[in-house]
Amino acid sequence: MSEVSNWSIFVDAALINNFVLAYFLGICPFFGVSAKLETAVRMGGAVSFVMLVASVCAYSINLLLDAVNAPYLRIISYILVIASTVQLVEMLIRKISPATFRAMGIYLPLITTNCAILGLALFQTNRGYGFTSAVVYALGAGAGFALALVLMAGVREKLDLANVPNLVKGTAAALVVAGILSMSFMGFAGLGR
Amino acid sequence: MPGKDVSATDDFVKGLWRDNPVFVQVLGMCPALAVSNTAINALTMGLATTFVLVMSGMSVSALRNFIPREARIVSFICIIASFVTAVDYVILAISLELHRSLGAFIALIVVNCLILGRAEAFASKNTVARSTLDALGMGVGFTVALLWIGVVREILGSNSLFGVALFPDAFQTWTVMVLPSGGFFAMAMWLLLVNWLKTRQTETRSQIQESTP
Repeated sequence: MSEVSNWSIFVDAALINNFVLAYFLGICPFFGVSAKLETAVRMGGAVSFVMLVASVCAYSINLLLDAVNAPYLRIISYILVIASTVQLVEMLIRKISPATFRAMGIYLPLITTNCAILGLALFQTNRGYGFTSAVVYALGAGAGFALALVLMAGVREKLDLANVPNLVKGTAAALVVAGILSMSFMGFAGLGR
Repeated sequence: MPGKDVSATDDFVKGLWRDNPVFVQVLGMCPALAVSNTAINALTMGLATTFVLVMSGMSVSALRNFIPREARIVSFICIIASFVTAVDYVILAISLELHRSLGAFIALIVVNCLILGRAEAFASKNTVARSTLDALGMGVGFTVALLWIGVVREILGSNSLFGVALFPDAFQTWTVMVLPSGGFFAMAMWLLLVNWLKTRQTETRSQIQESTP
């Protein structure tokens, strides 16, 4: 049994080392879809789900690559397997539950090139997590991503009503907000040990 | 042919300022913010990305007639991932310390939207020479932008530049600049400056047009 508890892995991924605000992973969707609260919630859900799937896939691929002693194929195989899994999951959801598909359908293909997903797969490999830890890590990262997205969307919805100088409007304002969010998330450091 | 010459220079130059990948298109933000805490990290990341950008741009445009339309994204990603793996091992061979400080972000060049974006939008439709120039311009623009952010963060955050100490000890370092939030602030600041310069440019241009009817 590893010395780090599952709870601390979860808290670490969700709050202390939040994927968006501390590792800068998944910044593109973070700024792209955080303009409205509703889309942010859906995107957060979709990303968390894909992270879970990707984490399980990455774990199995890593076992396979270790068995055939080919670590240099890691990046290629991770990205390909993640991309194809997302496609499969998309088809599956469309078949099983059309309502869910309509709710998060457009976001699923976009997520393939989200660096947070590949980042998660690479981090869990680098840290040598076992199966349970990897799943917990994915859950935490997904929760953290969704949290950051929803918080950001909430702030930006309010920001729309404020009187912001023309020059600052758009990305620059979003960046400053993200910076302040990131600073406040640093208050979580040392939690969950 | 003068016409061809002009467009060739334009392919290169547009990445530097008018369509700068970081400040104007806001692409490839993840590495731009994550590894720009020191100037040397930013420079390495920029050069690595440029290399991948140029090589994949060349390969994609050389193979553009052989890649079936339906399978293009997967093929592009395969090409990009191969070059990224090569860069990963090269940096590991050059400097272990640098590789450690950049961490997984070298591998994450694969999902840098800038590279796939250029492959899809430019390299898959143009000749090898033009694609190479375009990729080179974008790469240099990306590197310069990263370096700007890195320089600001290193000077203010660690009171040094490329590891060399700058000011006397009395200078109080801004710890926030080394922390993740500093990346957001430095980037926002540069973005504001670029925006301001751009609006001023267009204003002057429209004034000139008005005064010469």
